[in-house]
Amino acid sequence: MAKNLKEILVDNSNGLVHMWLEEVAEKQKEVTNSAISQDLFENTNREFVNIIFGSVEKESLTSDLDSFTERVINLGWPLSYLTDGLQLFKRVAIEFLIEHEELDVPVPKVLRHVDELVNPIINQLVNEYSGSWENTVSLQRVALQELSAPLIPVMDNITVMPLIGTIDTERAKFIMENLLDGVIKHHAEVVLIDITGVPVVDTMVAHHIIQAAEAVRLIGSTCILVGIRPEIAQTIVNLGIDLSKFPTKSSLRKGFTTALEMTNQMIVQTNSEEQTIEELIDSLDRSKQS
Amino acid sequence: MDFRTCVNIQKEWDIVGARQFGRDFSKKLGFGIVDQARIATAISELARNIYLYAGSGKICFDEVENVGSRGICIVAIDTGPGIKDISQVMEDGFSTSGGLGAGLPGVKRLMDEFDITSKTGEGTEIRVVKWVR
Repeated sequence: MAKNLKEILVDNSNGLVHMWLEEVAEKQKEVTNSAISQDLFENTNREFVNIIFGSVEKESLTSDLDSFTERVINLGWPLSYLTDGLQLFKRVAIEFLIEHEELDVPVPKVLRHVDELVNPIINQLVNEYSGSWENTVSLQRVALQELSAPLIPVMDNITVMPLIGTIDTERAKFIMENLLDGVIKHHAEVVLIDITGVPVVDTMVAHHIIQAAEAVRLIGSTCILVGIRPEIAQTIVNLGIDLSKFPTKSSLRKGFTTALEMTNQMIVQTNSEEQTIEELIDSLDRSKQS
Repeated sequence: MDFRTCVNIQKEWDIVGARQFGRDFSKKLGFGIVDQARIATAISELARNIYLYAGSGKICFDEVENVGSRGICIVAIDTGPGIKDISQVMEDGFSTSGGLGAGLPGVKRLMDEFDITSKTGEGTEIRVVKWVR
């Protein structure tokens, strides 16, 4: 008997597909996504329903389903597209079977049978989808960690650590380790910590920065905190945080100048010097002429 | 009291969520950039206190109005261990976690109004208000 139900569904697949497509189109009108072209949408719908039928017919999950899910995920379509589609399919199938004339199966049985046919597909899709998300999240985590505490040796004895984004406990730990390792490795005398990209400096962030600066001092180098925006300076004062133990500057440029002074270095612009000499000679010539 | 929106604090990253929401909300109310930073920092402190000491709780946001001026009201609610001696935590430099101890007194200075009620074993509620200038 179970087989009969399935056969009825498969035999009438054309009608069902038609009904399903209409329902889906109706549903999609409510949540129209203008970014998706109508053609792509219809094609995907058609493919989707064929895959559902393929799975229902064989009563097993096909590899088509996997590749289809993967494509939908890559397109960035929401999971609700797939689950809604399958729910609609269930409804269409049930309605069709109940209204089918030659059928003398009690309604609960019909419901149960359709459930048995469709639910494995839903489960598979949801698993696939959430698996893909978990994968993305963990990859991003790794990517974020790679970005979290870069150390750039810009010149002899001067190293810069630009910090961008929120600092949490885990990252603070990472920053400290990287900073100290880098100072030793690059023989840095001065380290500039740039917090231009840190959105909020609360007591915890400040605490971690103070600790890092203190640790840098202990290994014999100096830490300069740069990139303190005006609004951040005001909140730091309001919070009553004491940052007087190490030099601070408003911009990386100013901090870098200070760092050069501290390491007895200088940046000389060769071009402009030539120019000034030429100008000097020119003006001398002119003064002679006059 | 019914709040317009609440952000649950359970993980460390929820602090960022609450802060971001507070910043957007204060921007919508017409706060300047410095006050936005103040509000975001205050939320950060309150949310971190919830995360560190109570484990979980929530930060609620609402718009308040007083004769002619508008403001943001932020309430941090938790059901944690509570604070035994409130005057002690309001002192600068007091911390049980090895931090700077500037959190709560700092929040008080960052905001215009500050109310704290706490019962040992029942939880803490901190209500702060900042007016648009």
